[in-house]
Amino acid sequence: MRRLRRSRKLHWLEAGLAAGLSAIVIFLLLTGMAYMTWFERRVIGRLQVRLGPNRVGVGGLLQPLADAVKLFFKEDIRPTQADWLLFPLAPAISLFAALAAFAVIPLGPIVNVAGVSVPGGVANLSVGLLYLVGVSSLGVYGLVLGGWASGSKYSLIGGLRAAAQVVSYELILGMALVSVAIVAGTLSLEGIVGNQANHLPYFILQPLAFLLYLVAAVAETNRAPFDLPEADTELVAGYHTEYGGMRFAMFFIAEYVNVITVSALAATMFFAGWSGPALPGPHWLFIKMLAFLFLFVWLRATLPRLRYDQLMRLCWLVLLPLALVNLLVTAIVVTALG
Amino acid sequence: MANEFGGLLRGLWTTLKHAARPAVTLNYPEQKRQLPANFRGRHRLYRHENGLERCIGCELCAGACPSQAILVEPAENDPEHPVSPGERYAKRYEINMIRCIFCGFCEEACPVDAIKLGAEYELADYDRASFVYTKEMLLEPEKYAPRRQLHLDVDVPRPEYTPGGKALGDLYGTYQPIRGSDEGVGGRGE
Repeated sequence: MRRLRRSRKLHWLEAGLAAGLSAIVIFLLLTGMAYMTWFERRVIGRLQVRLGPNRVGVGGLLQPLADAVKLFFKEDIRPTQADWLLFPLAPAISLFAALAAFAVIPLGPIVNVAGVSVPGGVANLSVGLLYLVGVSSLGVYGLVLGGWASGSKYSLIGGLRAAAQVVSYELILGMALVSVAIVAGTLSLEGIVGNQANHLPYFILQPLAFLLYLVAAVAETNRAPFDLPEADTELVAGYHTEYGGMRFAMFFIAEYVNVITVSALAATMFFAGWSGPALPGPHWLFIKMLAFLFLFVWLRATLPRLRYDQLMRLCWLVLLPLALVNLLVTAIVVTALG
Repeated sequence: MANEFGGLLRGLWTTLKHAARPAVTLNYPEQKRQLPANFRGRHRLYRHENGLERCIGCELCAGACPSQAILVEPAENDPEHPVSPGERYAKRYEINMIRCIFCGFCEEACPVDAIKLGAEYELADYDRASFVYTKEMLLEPEKYAPRRQLHLDVDVPRPEYTPGGKALGDLYGTYQPIRGSDEGVGGRGE
């Protein structure tokens, strides 16, 4: 009885800790996402021999704030053809999935505070990888439902494209991550980081999986050159054509948070995450993420959008066989070495 | 496949190389683009060296104007105190800058080179009435040009049109950007 009471007390403590940590992480994600837009616009400006936004605040640093204020005060428009329930719900689903997925990314080592082990991220799940892949794929419901519920042909086509694309590339993403999980022998992201810190970062052991992951990650987040669901030139704005104000902003935030999440996951799975020499945990993760975020922007500034058939061919005829072979070889080698 | 991958890397290298170039963007209100010497902006009326107005009130500019923006009301010169060297002078000379299309036909039509299109182009204002430029405003751009903007860098010195034979640049000083921007001076050698 006494033991039970003690463990219940511990539960409450852990729940409070998790709530506090999630609040901090969500705040960081939203701020980070806002500055990701600034970073992207400035970097893409430089790559296109422009300056980018530099008017609001020093070097344009207050631009995200100005954008947020503008979007917040925009009129709340709901098209007459739109579904009354799913139209406002869809962006919320996208945003929820995007924010929830980041929970298992370890930001630093597990520390013990007064007998309670505080995880480096919000949660240290033994099946963290599985959770992340699962939750992040929930996000596509937001895009599909948003596209359907808008009652517009452009939105619908955008939503359908999102469904086909995300489902296809999820396969590649999953298989690339499974290869790493086989090598690591664990699905816990904390464990995967620990393994890499002790031995080699997995981009050396799994170079093909890393490349496959990168391509799939760009496609998963609907970013150029795989931005077919939004495809401004064909679909106006795809699934979020009919959305404005904060509802549009929620889709937008979700997209950028997803970009941050896949960058953090790339750093965690292939580049030993938060571990690194000299600097404490979160700094290394931040530096590694920044490199991937730059890559995302760089790709967007360079590559033209793929055609739909090219997108599907690349996935099913090139990446999927490569991913399968990589998975098979990895599994055989790991089994052979015991 | 290898070929396509190489193409991808080449493309990425190309965009990265471009990042090293100075941006073509000018921070507009602080930095201004150099205008071509024959830029057609806000009109100016000119005087002879002895101070007499060049305009003789012939109304050819008004006739040439395709948008009928120019109003000239001529009057006989008083022989004792002539305003212009000819028989007549412009008692009223007004250009409606809302109508003007900056085609420059007025300066081509003028037989005495009294009117030229200057380099000022920031002509925005708050009410319609203030777009009707009177003779005084056109004769003294340095005083009446909106917000005191004068683009003397593009003014090709035409001593014959300025009082005392001085180039406009000598009269008003050379044009300087208001302040440098934090981005450094943009633009590549106009």
